[in-house]
Amino acid sequence: MTKIKSLADLKKIKGDLQSKISLREKSDTPEGRVLVKVAMATCGIASGSKEVMEYMIDELEKRSIDAIVTQTGCMGYCYAEPTIEVSLPGSEPVVYGYVDTKKADEIIEKYIRNQELVDGIIPVNYQTIEKDKEE
Amino acid sequence: MHMLVCGGTGCRASASDMLYENLSKEVQEQGLQEDVQVVTTGCFGFCEKGPIVKVIPDNTFYVSVEPGDAREIVAEHAVKGRRVERLLYVDPVNKEQIADSKGMGFYKKQIRIALRNCGLIDPENIDEYLAADGYEAMGKVLSELSPEEATQEMIDSGLRGRGGGGFPTGIKWQIASKVPADQKYVVCNADEGDPGAFMDRSILEGDPHSVLEAMVINGYCIGATKGLIYIRAEYPLAINRLKIAIKQAREYGLLGKDILGSGFDFDVEIRYGAGAFVCGEETALIHSMEGERGEPTFKPPFPAQSGYLGKPTNVNNVETFANVPVIYNKGAKWFASIGTEKSKGTKVFALAGKINNVGLIEVPMGITLREVIFEIGGGIKDGKKFRAVQTGGPSGGCLTEKHLDTPIDFDNLLAVGSMMGSGGMIVMDEDDCMVSVAKFYLDFTVEESCGKCSPCRVGNKRLYELLDKITKGQANKEDLDNLRNLSMVIRDTSLCGLGQTSPNPVLSTMDNFMEEYLSHVEDQRCPAGSCKELIRYEIIPENCVGCTACARNCPVNCISGERKQLHTIDQSLCIKCNACLEKCKFNAVAII
Repeated sequence: MTKIKSLADLKKIKGDLQSKISLREKSDTPEGRVLVKVAMATCGIASGSKEVMEYMIDELEKRSIDAIVTQTGCMGYCYAEPTIEVSLPGSEPVVYGYVDTKKADEIIEKYIRNQELVDGIIPVNYQTIEKDKEE
Repeated sequence: MHMLVCGGTGCRASASDMLYENLSKEVQEQGLQEDVQVVTTGCFGFCEKGPIVKVIPDNTFYVSVEPGDAREIVAEHAVKGRRVERLLYVDPVNKEQIADSKGMGFYKKQIRIALRNCGLIDPENIDEYLAADGYEAMGKVLSELSPEEATQEMIDSGLRGRGGGGFPTGIKWQIASKVPADQKYVVCNADEGDPGAFMDRSILEGDPHSVLEAMVINGYCIGATKGLIYIRAEYPLAINRLKIAIKQAREYGLLGKDILGSGFDFDVEIRYGAGAFVCGEETALIHSMEGERGEPTFKPPFPAQSGYLGKPTNVNNVETFANVPVIYNKGAKWFASIGTEKSKGTKVFALAGKINNVGLIEVPMGITLREVIFEIGGGIKDGKKFRAVQTGGPSGGCLTEKHLDTPIDFDNLLAVGSMMGSGGMIVMDEDDCMVSVAKFYLDFTVEESCGKCSPCRVGNKRLYELLDKITKGQANKEDLDNLRNLSMVIRDTSLCGLGQTSPNPVLSTMDNFMEEYLSHVEDQRCPAGSCKELIRYEIIPENCVGCTACARNCPVNCISGERKQLHTIDQSLCIKCNACLEKCKFNAVAII
């Protein structure tokens, strides 16, 4: 084992070790991570979903929350754009409407971090084909 | 995916080491070693339901896992991504399964500072500690702060000694730093003598490096280059992990000469104790380390002036040290924002007794006993009624229902006649006799008194005899007065903390449960039905159906009666073993 010779050394080693651990955690299990889908159809983009998406990507990384942010098509709630769908591990996806950067901040802090529901949820009013099949 | 297996002493006793082996083997066999990492960690605190396995990142919390469950966990959870439902924790109140540990009442109110890494990292792998900000506080202090600045930070944090006394840690460091000497020492007190308290052991087993890091910081602040950990030989696992930690830290150059290029030298050695309660007292501890008898001496001189080998010595408890690195990482201000005005931060308590969730918890100062017992602890076992809670071990006192809403901190507990102590918390229900509880603690003190001063050596023995007389129904009212007077004398005249606090259980039970003492003395009755000399077992004729269960199970054959006839107990032969009461399905046996 080589000696650690300075605080800078220590920090560098820590950085290496941390990335090693987070890599291991990230494995190939997306269901174990937070999944954020931002609706980026014309309606969404026109209402500012691009800013929201960039904000989510930056902030989640800054606050070291292990999440995947992807774009998706129109979810049909065009009246409430920008909309995002957040899936926490082990819970049903939740769709939020009228999301601006302020709202996004609230969602990250309250819902993603602490699982507290935030105002502005759009109730799911459709069923997907897969669900129909199961039944 | 990470599978964290608890490797604390409690879970090990239930074969968690075998469980770890099996899990690792299964992972290998399924070819998952790239994706799944099985790690042994320190105590999760939820000892009631050990062994614990926690699966990250989905936070699944499996309880009471047996080595044989390994195959199912790997096959189901790791391969198919389905939780093994039968191993999930079931809430004692609403009987619901809780998969995510964040949803458990046990963890909701906890803030983990001293226990931050317990149950998170592998204590035998320094790399995991480094990844969790390990030794960063030390690096920062050694290269960016002067000893004075670092000490000031400690004073500003308001951290007080977690061993029981509650002396401000920063002030203690400052005093030791101002005494000039060619050699000074830092001592970690890991003697942990309170029956029922196991937080220090759990920290050393789960996060030994945090204590080493804090000792280096302490050494830098007071100008000491040698550290000693005084630990009882009864903690083999903690000793083993400490040894591994010291070796690894030396290999990385985090202990030894010129640490992190700062020019500061510091190294740590382990000293073993034989497990004497009095050696938790710092002067007795120092004498024991010197090879002398573990007896206290009068203070002053304080160890800060003349301690180990006559040199200035700073003694801090394990839990105190475990708080130190976080304070430098997050700042004194952050630490001081948690807790009450005069007691900052958190305190670890060992919950034990008649409570649903036995285990180790860390809560912010200022939380109430009610929250600890009924929310985190999950309430009293078997739905019985809360009677009292004993805090501070043999030196503390019994608190009752009326104290339940008192915010817990050093000063409040003293004000109501108990003390923080090292953090043992024993909960008692309606079946516990308070006189017997006091007697139990006195029995311990008599055993552990070192015998140096007579108030403690002789006085506690006499106290015990008086209590014994009361529990046998042979005492009179004069004895009660004597009990109180003698308690006061012992408290005021003993040499060290052991004797000065040993009458606390007696005084506090007398203050809070006088009626119980009186019924023992005046009516020769034990209201809780636990003092054997004062109770008798009787069969209630209306309830007895003559099933013969009691007679068949009586070990001394003192119950007679034909089938379907009323049974009777021969009081002259009964040994009050409780077997008949336990076996009777018709509530026909009663304690009178």
